[in-house]
Amino acid sequence: MTATTHAPAETDYEIVIGLEVHTQLLTHSKMFCPCAADYADDAPNSHVCMICMGMPGVLPVVNQQAVEYTLMTGLALHCSIPELSKFDRKNYFYPDLPKGYQISQFDLPFCQDGYLEVEVEGALKRIGVTRAHLEEDTGRLLHRTDAYGTGFSLVDLNRAGIPLLEIVSEPDMRTAEEARLYMQKLRSILVYLGVSSGRMEEGSLRCDANISVRPRGQKKLGTKTEIKNMNSFRAVQRALEFEAARQIEVLRAGGRIIQETRGWVEAKGITVSQRTKEEANDYRYFPEPDLPPVHITRAWIEEIRAKMPELPDARRERFISDYGLSPYDAAVLTDDRAWADFFETTVASVTTGDPTTRAKSVANWVTGDLARLLNAHGQEIVTSKLTPAGLAGLVNALDAGTISGKQAKELLERAFATGEQPADIIAREGIAQVSDVGALETVARDIIAANPKAVEDYHKGKGAAVQFLIGQVMRQTKGSAKPDIIQPILVRLLDALKG
Amino acid sequence: MSISREEVQHIALLARLRLTDEEAERMRAQLSAILGHIAVLQEADVSDVPPSVSILPPIETFRADEAAPSLPPDELLANAPEREEDYLRVKAVLE
Repeated sequence: MTATTHAPAETDYEIVIGLEVHTQLLTHSKMFCPCAADYADDAPNSHVCMICMGMPGVLPVVNQQAVEYTLMTGLALHCSIPELSKFDRKNYFYPDLPKGYQISQFDLPFCQDGYLEVEVEGALKRIGVTRAHLEEDTGRLLHRTDAYGTGFSLVDLNRAGIPLLEIVSEPDMRTAEEARLYMQKLRSILVYLGVSSGRMEEGSLRCDANISVRPRGQKKLGTKTEIKNMNSFRAVQRALEFEAARQIEVLRAGGRIIQETRGWVEAKGITVSQRTKEEANDYRYFPEPDLPPVHITRAWIEEIRAKMPELPDARRERFISDYGLSPYDAAVLTDDRAWADFFETTVASVTTGDPTTRAKSVANWVTGDLARLLNAHGQEIVTSKLTPAGLAGLVNALDAGTISGKQAKELLERAFATGEQPADIIAREGIAQVSDVGALETVARDIIAANPKAVEDYHKGKGAAVQFLIGQVMRQTKGSAKPDIIQPILVRLLDALKG
Repeated sequence: MSISREEVQHIALLARLRLTDEEAERMRAQLSAILGHIAVLQEADVSDVPPSVSILPPIETFRADEAAPSLPPDELLANAPEREEDYLRVKAVLE
């Protein structure tokens, strides 16, 4: 297959995409047993009991927090929450599923018929959410080969039984970019709600896509393929761009699409056919006999609604109205809850300037230098050594004129690297900008005396000579003097010489 | 009420059972008889009975989200047919 990665923007085919997103929920214990849910980096099979091991005769018990997180997500996605819900068994054999079935939800999920909105080219687009239901995660398989070259697999059940929320969208997306935007928005909401870590690279948040193409104007959907193994937002967009182009190329060549599961191969930038199941999926769902149905009281729903934190859209609007930020800055800062928290905490600690100037200044530092440093060092803002208090101290010193912009940038880098408070570095090292005009004048006179050529050039009308002399003064003062203070002093002295 | 040999083989496959032709035929006859026996339920008049999803009354309270110690791996894996370190070892699974 030699499909190009990018489908032409205008084609005679329409792309139809729906996403199935799974997220582990941030509970303390597993979905149906009290084993600890935080298993990251722990020894294999160290968080497993008789229940999540699937021993005969054990009984599952529903984790209240997992249900609450599910309902909270449903409310955030504008879903309706039926009063009656139940769990069902999804039967299939796979070694990562110790019971031989997964407890999931079939026809009465906790949440249904919702939506979320994404901004596509400046306009809001509503993407339908078909349902959100609760199930349990499976174990993890490691594939090995023995000394004779025979393959075998190792099973670690620490992950088995972790609460897993599945959110299914309507086939409402028409481009790979829309799919990425939906995924980003959904992640943002899940992280704001505190129900998911949102880490795609670690697999706690996963995305599968159903994608098909059809001639424009045709009502009937084309044959779809299911795309798996997309472990980042970028992968979601690239994989779907590739797959759409592949399908269009097959159809244009007079071929037909085979309904199959395809895996995204990041390194090659292509999707490849995974083993097509000869038997159609036949999960023989039936109501889970070990769990009674669940009555979701309206009082509980209202209790959860009252507990819901501010969501990204509302926070973005507030950042625009309360802080006077541009829509762009507000969007960048509120996309990730940790960034928005960092920004607000910092602004609250800045004491100089009026509120709008303060906010704008902090926004610039956070989205500019700090973002660049975090990115360059592959760090998260939550673990940044530069704290909101540290950044506030820096902004205060800069606004007070104690330090120059150049010094501020250097201090930010140092604080970022060492975790020292910029204010402490300033105090200890006596870094302060020379704003004493008398002291600067002395330096300026020395520089003028030492650079007769530049002085001559200036007197011949070459304005650039001043820039050179300003540079010399700054060098002499080790950057502690602001150019806009040096310039008038130099010009005054030079003009006096010309006399 | 009867089911076909093909249906029996399909169910057997899903259950990871290999049936000989004789076994499949025996199962077909037995399963058909069982289904016929159960089919008597279809005759009940339920027109004024509201649909129900379970014979159990719905619950409103659940387990509090508190973690408790798990089983020690040695105990957990005591009955594992094959074990490698603290993993269960199984035949190669291709994905």
